[in-house]
Amino acid sequence: MALLQNNFPTFMQGFGYTLLSSLIALVGSMILGTAFAIMQIVPKKWVRKVGNVYVQVFRNIPLLIITFFFFLVVSKYVKMSGFMSGTIALMLYTSAFIAETVRAGILSIDGGQMEGARANGLSFAQAMQYIILPQAFRVALPSLGNQFINLVKNSSILAFVGGLDLMYQGNMIAANTFETFSTYIIVGILYLIITLPLSYYMQHLERKLKHAA
Amino acid sequence: MSMIEFKNVEKYYGNFHALKNINLKIDEGETVVLIGPSGSGKSTLIRTVNGLEEIQEGQLLVNGFDLHDPKTDMNRIRKNVGMVFQHFNLYNNKSTIENVMLAPRLVLKRDEAENKREAMALLEKVGLADKAANMPSELSGGQKQRAAIARSLAMKPKALLFDEPTSALDPEMIGDVLDVMRDIAKDSSMTMLVVTHEMSFAKAVADRVIFMADGEILEDSSTKEFFENPKEERAKQFLSQVADH
Ligand SMILES: Nc1ncnc2c1ncn2[C@@H]1O[C@H](COP(=O)(O)OP(=O)(O)O)[C@@H](O)[C@H]1O
Ligand SMILES: [Mg+2]
Repeated sequence: MALLQNNFPTFMQGFGYTLLSSLIALVGSMILGTAFAIMQIVPKKWVRKVGNVYVQVFRNIPLLIITFFFFLVVSKYVKMSGFMSGTIALMLYTSAFIAETVRAGILSIDGGQMEGARANGLSFAQAMQYIILPQAFRVALPSLGNQFINLVKNSSILAFVGGLDLMYQGNMIAANTFETFSTYIIVGILYLIITLPLSYYMQHLERKLKHAA
Repeated sequence: MSMIEFKNVEKYYGNFHALKNINLKIDEGETVVLIGPSGSGKSTLIRTVNGLEEIQEGQLLVNGFDLHDPKTDMNRIRKNVGMVFQHFNLYNNKSTIENVMLAPRLVLKRDEAENKREAMALLEKVGLADKAANMPSELSGGQKQRAAIARSLAMKPKALLFDEPTSALDPEMIGDVLDVMRDIAKDSSMTMLVVTHEMSFAKAVADRVIFMADGEILEDSSTKEFFENPKEERAKQFLSQVADH
């Protein structure tokens, strides 16, 4: 307890950065992931190809490598902090998994939904926005929940590039106080404070949407 | 004026020749029934009319626009040509009235109050006023199909395409759907192209009957002529088969 009290501001700073990084990466990866999911199902072949290459690249490289790529290579040309490098890497990496999840969700929706919409006069984009994606997200919800929780945990990658996150601060405190075990217990609990409510919220959403239709 | 006109149209699925030299003219306000054995290309033909299937050769004029011309705006065609499917294809994430209101709101930018008024009037017309707030999953097959018809009508199309609208329905549901279609056919300005196996409907409502087999139009006659004196052997055969049911 004394450990927590003495290092409270540091723990809280780490908690804040982890939360911030996760939030940015979550919103960004949802947008990118959805975009690349759609790219992989449009009629134009080259667009599908681009979408597929993106997903394959970011899904099949370790997150740490992507993080170092931004921290060591990209930062030479575009000024960015460790926090930024890690967050962008996390966003791109997660977006590849979300793209696959959303794509599978879209493909699970009966083709008649798109045909009905197009025949009714809606454009492809309108049909996606109002008919296909809402149904696809509902199908994908359990899997998206997993991605979000992985994302929060994976944000610990920031520690490798001085990203000021929870893991990074935990490492610092452990090194300074030599109370390694207690420090990481506290770090673990702080991660749970983010991931457990997220997990419950996703379950709640699942139940709610199941009853909605 | 002709609403739909096929001129030497050819359609292939890969190497498979699905529509062979189709020539067909349907005038504004006409009700035409398209019949033929399963796999003869009825769905393919009707789906080319609103661009759900592309054609490879020939000309297909709908409301004056050539669908085979890449410059033709398909969304504009679809505003004027509605389609009713065998499996309804209602929006599963929208209530009945939202199914009817969505396209007029997004595509025609219809005023919201007017949109709602017209949607309610249409649901009234197809006998679904009390189901306006229900989700499609809460409707019977016949109710779903009537909702789908209301959805098509809400766009105030010039032509309506029906692809076996009663084939997926329990027998006791078919009558209500056919009644609604009969009502629409009475509107003299609406062009209707209907694929169906309901011969009594064809006899009562159609101006003309088209008979297809193996991707070709074998017979194109007035309704009376077709049923009383079919010219083609295949058509006679087909008629005796559906009469057995
Ligand atoms: N998307 C498709 N790809 C390949 N072949 C198809 C496709 N759709 C239909 N066909 C083939 O085209 C022929 C005509 O089909 P269809 O128009 O559905 O016939 P009908 O509606 O008269 O039963 C059939 O032999 C069918 O197998
Ligand atoms: Mg068919």
